[in-house]
Amino acid sequence: MLLISCPNCGSRDETEFHYGGQAHVAYPENPNELNDREWAEFLFYRDNTKGAFAERWLHSTGCRQWFNMLRDTVTYDIQAVYPMGTPRPAAAPAAPESGTASLAADSTTTGTAAPSISGTSTSAPSISATGTTASTTAPEGATK
Amino acid sequence: MANTAELNGVNGLRDIRRSPASHLAAALEAGSVQGTVVLNEGPFQTMAGVRVDPRSEEGGRIAAAAGGLPARCGEVTGKDGVSVLWLGPSEFLVVAPEQAHDSLGGNLIGSLTEALGDAPGQVVDLSANRTTFELSGPRARAVLEKGCSLDLHPRSFTPGTALNTEVGNIPVVLQKTGEESFRLFPRASFADFLGRWLLDAMREYASPEVP
Ligand SMILES: [Zn+2]
Repeated sequence: MLLISCPNCGSRDETEFHYGGQAHVAYPENPNELNDREWAEFLFYRDNTKGAFAERWLHSTGCRQWFNMLRDTVTYDIQAVYPMGTPRPAAAPAAPESGTASLAADSTTTGTAAPSISGTSTSAPSISATGTTASTTAPEGATK
Repeated sequence: MANTAELNGVNGLRDIRRSPASHLAAALEAGSVQGTVVLNEGPFQTMAGVRVDPRSEEGGRIAAAAGGLPARCGEVTGKDGVSVLWLGPSEFLVVAPEQAHDSLGGNLIGSLTEALGDAPGQVVDLSANRTTFELSGPRARAVLEKGCSLDLHPRSFTPGTALNTEVGNIPVVLQKTGEESFRLFPRASFADFLGRWLLDAMREYASPEVP
């Protein structure tokens, strides 16, 4: 079981979340100019990365908000959690602020699942503090 | 609960209304262990789903009508028996006693709708969406811990907070109302499952403790 650190709710079980696939897949600027192959590639073709992979997650049984996550597909190490619409952070090895969400694959069942009601805020994790408004309402860039 | 005999409601329909776990009433009573852990259904609470940006002007009007809007996960606000639970950054659940419903002489939905006005957002009557289980007693936390992975220890989960999470693998809003009392809000279709799941989890406390 992964422990995923929701930006709004704190650490929760993986079962509370839904996976939203690869992040940062931009909608084509001129969809009408795409041929069938290009359109199919936009719709269906996704990276199959070995290593750090940016993906979308939805906290479906919690706050029902989308967020982005940088996860290592080999070790399951969660390297960063950042808001929708912000650029992908560098795949730095275990940045300190993303450490709350980081758990080695073999230690996910230990008791670090405190929801930290008092500690969580609705602001973005500081790893993504790039000045972009960490909008806590429905994400504008939900398809990016 | 209020004296339900007085609550006739629209066209007298109140009398034939059945709560989602009413068929479990006898089982809940039989499965409760007085002084240890007690479970019952507190049906028909008035609930309103509110979506509004809490920082906006209309958010301020809703907050004034409801008794504040919680700012973060876990927080509960409210006044005069009305609780406002945080479900998301712009989503809230207003829970009030049955008689607060507009069809029974109250004005909860109406006052919230009026506060929102034409502004972006929504106020939806969700009174039939969820039912309420009340679980209390010294073993209540131990029962919940069998199916909820949050830290329910009092140092972390304090009275007067509520969390949207999973209990027994189903989505539930879990509110802590006192040191040893909880309210669970499952959707109506999950009421039977959750009621039976809680009864099963409570069963061991009816037997003498094995040293
Ligand atoms: Zn969340």
